[in-house]
Amino acid sequence: MLDLHGYGWLLFDGLQLTIAVGLCAMVVAVLLGLLGSWGKLADNGWANLAANIYTTVVRGVPELILLLLVYFGTPTLIQSIASSMGYDIRVDINPFIAGTITIGFIYGAFATEVFRGAFQSIPKGQAEASRAIGMQRIQTFKRILLPQAMRFALPGLGNVWMVLIKATALISIIQLDELMRKTKIASNATHEPFTFYLLASFIYLGITLASMMVQKRAETWANKGVTR
Amino acid sequence: MDFSIVWQYLPKLLEGAWVTLWITVVSLAIGLAFAIPLALARLAKHPLVASPAYLFVLYFRGTPLLVQIFLIYYGSGQFRHELTDLGLWGFFRDPWFCGILALVLNTAAYSAEIFRGAITAVPRNDIEAGRACGMSGLLLFRRITLPKAFRIGLPAYGNEVIFLLQATSLVSTITILDLTGISRQLISKTFAVYEFYLTAAAMYLVMTYALVYLFRLWEKRLSGHLQPRVVAEPRT
Repeated sequence: MLDLHGYGWLLFDGLQLTIAVGLCAMVVAVLLGLLGSWGKLADNGWANLAANIYTTVVRGVPELILLLLVYFGTPTLIQSIASSMGYDIRVDINPFIAGTITIGFIYGAFATEVFRGAFQSIPKGQAEASRAIGMQRIQTFKRILLPQAMRFALPGLGNVWMVLIKATALISIIQLDELMRKTKIASNATHEPFTFYLLASFIYLGITLASMMVQKRAETWANKGVTR
Repeated sequence: MDFSIVWQYLPKLLEGAWVTLWITVVSLAIGLAFAIPLALARLAKHPLVASPAYLFVLYFRGTPLLVQIFLIYYGSGQFRHELTDLGLWGFFRDPWFCGILALVLNTAAYSAEIFRGAITAVPRNDIEAGRACGMSGLLLFRRITLPKAFRIGLPAYGNEVIFLLQATSLVSTITILDLTGISRQLISKTFAVYEFYLTAAAMYLVMTYALVYLFRLWEKRLSGHLQPRVVAEPRT
């Protein structure tokens, strides 16, 4: 029988933190995705440029490098700027915040593409009709465009979430006590790395399978008003 | 900001970039060799063939690559005696072997899924035409299904190649000195944190978009005749 030497609860603590980081990062990613897709579709050259640079750079650089850059690079950059202005300060970033923001920032680029596709698949007449009956732009967005875009974006966002939650494993490298790092602690203490890493991998697999089920339900729910 | 220190260590970084490319190409080549039989096994009618392939793909796509790398590299230590008896411990002690093994299994699972989709997307007519010409079995697969499926799957496979290039940065966590590993080592020596990470990021960016460009060329070469021909608009 599987003997965890009492380290099971440690992994459970880690799992809670993994899910917390994942959900917070997903919120950041969705907000950035909406902003980025606006930037891509806007009639504004600068917004287009900024959004294109964002998605191009983020998708061309490994997550690990971006994570290390934010967590270790930003404090030293701020310190060296401060010292060049004659201040001596010490900046430390909280690993939870660094991890959430970095992961959210990375997957925001993928969410941008998802939302861009979703907004583009709404027929133009929808927005025109709502303007014609006198809705403001913000009302058009809130009442007409966003609800329809969400339905188109749902499959893509589900994929972003599943890649995102797996990417949270990287945060263990910046010393946040999430599932991976707790697994390392447990496997070092018990000298049974295989048992614990296998268990951790099954926990991640469980999250993936649960997410797949939720995604399927959400899609059925979102499409119930649509006939094929 | 002081990038002169980066300039001084540039040869080392380029060496790291070379290691990154090398690991990517080796893992892709071996992974592709596993992916096609795996895709066929996924499509097999017999459940004893299809379900192990399904579980393999599900496991390697459903868990983080970092866990897979640690499971193979650190996890194998738990079976040290058994592996020594089998004469395999020499392999599993080596971070290069473990890193590449994890990448190979991971990319095999993702690519198998891509090629499974591509094989089912091969038009029925093409296969029927092949049969009408008297081909069957392996010959039909080699001449008709596989080339066609490869063409259909190539854009998605190009994305997988780019993901793998970036995923190789994770092997730096098991002491391999690829571009990420070298950067981390140089940073612990020089304390020039963001200078090195920014340079490494730029180098990854260049490698990624070079690969994107190559895959576009390849796609054009394979399916150029299928692209809609651009007809010059008459001048008005």
